Amino acid sequence: MSVETSKQPAVTGTVPTELIRIEGVTKRFGENTVLDGLDLSVDAGRHVTLIGPSGSGKTTILRLLMTLAEPDEGTITVAGQRLFPAPEKQVREVRKKIGMVFQQFNLFPNMSVLRNLTEAPVRVLGLSKDEAEARARELLDLVGLADKCDAKPTRLSGGQQQRVAIARALAMRPQVLLLDEVTSALDPELVAGVLDLLRDIARSTDITMLCVTHEMGFARDISDQVLMFDAGRVIEAGPPEKIFGDPERERTREFISAVL
Amino acid sequence: MTWDWGAVADFLPYFGKGLVVTLEALALGSLISFALGLVWTLLMRAPTRWVRWPVGVFTEFVRDTPLLVQLFFLFYVLPEAGVTLSPLTTGVLGLGLHYSTYTMQVYRAGIEAVPAGQWEAATALSLPVRRTWTAVVLPQAVRRVVPPLGNYVIAMLKDTPMLMTIGVLEMLGRARLVSQQHFQFTEPLTVIGIAFVVVSYLASLLLRTLERRLVR
Amino acid sequence: MTAGLWKIILQGVGVTLQLLVYSALLAAAMSFVAGAARTHRSRLVRFVAGLYTEVFRGTSALVMIFWVFFVLPVAFGWQLVPMWAGTLALGLTYGAYGAEIVRGALAAVDPAQREGGIALGFTPWQRLRLILLPQAVPEMIPSFSNLLIELLKGTALVSITGMGDLAFSGNLVRLALQQSAQIYGYLLLIYFVIAFLLTRGMRGLERRLKAEVAR
Repeated sequence: MSVETSKQPAVTGTVPTELIRIEGVTKRFGENTVLDGLDLSVDAGRHVTLIGPSGSGKTTILRLLMTLAEPDEGTITVAGQRLFPAPEKQVREVRKKIGMVFQQFNLFPNMSVLRNLTEAPVRVLGLSKDEAEARARELLDLVGLADKCDAKPTRLSGGQQQRVAIARALAMRPQVLLLDEVTSALDPELVAGVLDLLRDIARSTDITMLCVTHEMGFARDISDQVLMFDAGRVIEAGPPEKIFGDPERERTREFISAVL
Repeated sequence: MTWDWGAVADFLPYFGKGLVVTLEALALGSLISFALGLVWTLLMRAPTRWVRWPVGVFTEFVRDTPLLVQLFFLFYVLPEAGVTLSPLTTGVLGLGLHYSTYTMQVYRAGIEAVPAGQWEAATALSLPVRRTWTAVVLPQAVRRVVPPLGNYVIAMLKDTPMLMTIGVLEMLGRARLVSQQHFQFTEPLTVIGIAFVVVSYLASLLLRTLERRLVR
Repeated sequence: MTAGLWKIILQGVGVTLQLLVYSALLAAAMSFVAGAARTHRSRLVRFVAGLYTEVFRGTSALVMIFWVFFVLPVAFGWQLVPMWAGTLALGLTYGAYGAEIVRGALAAVDPAQREGGIALGFTPWQRLRLILLPQAVPEMIPSFSNLLIELLKGTALVSITGMGDLAFSGNLVRLALQQSAQIYGYLLLIYFVIAFLLTRGMRGLERRLKAEVAR
């Protein structure tokens, strides 16, 4: 199985290239500070998992990267291009590099499954219809839903919808994939299928992944780095063995033992 | 284009008179529509469809046909039947009848919006029917009824110029009269055009304030 | 009633239907343009669209008709053919109400759909055309159906300017016959039949559109 990704070469040798840089980012909703002067750097090809109690700002980081929200302070740079403020055209260029999978799937109910996958590659990337369809069918095959091409998304189970949503994000061949609690809205028996798919993608591609999840086993499997969030800050970061095995902070230890 | 402030000044006294008639027609028309709409609503809850069906057809007929033609009907047919009314009275009746077919929908929606659990609770407490309506259903329905009723009053305001066609000298009637006497169309018509925008905008602001109070 | 008088009424029906179609088309265009513009990023665009809806919803359709028929020619020298003057006055007025329907239906689409569109890199125009409108349009149909009936009723207002629509023809026939009850009864019945057919048509359209999305 293989998924073709960005044209950018995979991380080679010992010189990692920085893909995402977040500096001094603060985000407030009214009185509430969800991100508090956050600094973060992610190298190309890395798989980073964001854990922490709800409301600690994990999802907000993904939404800022996807330009679904704007920071109040600080700068965000993706592949050397700065966001906020940036001209609309540059923002769209950055968006092409980033794919996102949402908790609630956000498939378009007015389009067939296949069109959900082909619409953006055709309209945004300028692929021919045939090219886009071939790519879409390949991806639907990968997620095990090749027979659902013509179905409307609302006819699918939650797990199937989420697999379509993952395929839809991959159809854009993003350099970065943002995964926002992708299994939280699923019935328990459907979670494993989606996580297995993501494991495969993590293993077989060089896509940079930022993943917000409460599935600690999954986080341990795929991550190069785990970030523990609390009150809008990263309070601890490290490889999964360290964070899950022997965390330094008491807060991290408490959180992990509470969710496991 | 030439704009003559003198013509505006000449028109203003007539405008004042017209505004009074407009507001008079609006107030009386609203009251009739509120009351008559309630009658329709109650009749539509009658146990027999021999009442519900004719009322339903009649009100839909009135709602889906032009008020203007209804005004002509009342104005020319009532005297033939021996009922002689002043133009203003005829106009007010027409407005009230036409809009009663809208207010009845508002009342029905307001009553239906009271959750079934409220009726059941009243039954469980053995409240008499009368008490169920006055103490439980209506107070809850009123909150939902006032905002849409207000919107229909504003809509009625914008239909009052039709009364001009049967000889009522409301704002538009006055403007036309002055226009014809002085051959000055632009200023009177523009003044009342602006007056309608201003009055209905103020009314909608007032209504929004009222709505916020009620929702609380 | 003689055949000749019926012919006058039928011509009136023709004019009313013609005016209805033209002004409905203009109103629909204004509804979508102004309704979508009220969701635009630019504050200026939103303001202009909001001003249009507030002013034209605030004004009286009949006053508007008078203004277009009698003030435009005098003040600006724009003497429009009556059919176009009527279309302009009715289309702009009812378009302002339609714009509120469009705005409301767009606002009712799950905001997550917009975010899904952003995440795939669609432009705002593409999001509107490909994602939001296809989902919002079926929801607009019942309100548009009501508005269409209001517009049909509104077309009778042009009779005051002497345009030969159904209401005007009815007045002519009444002058000839002096039987008000009968003539205005027929008139109302014809309007009611047209309204009934329009409502039926819109209901069919709604069913088809909803089936399309849910399939």
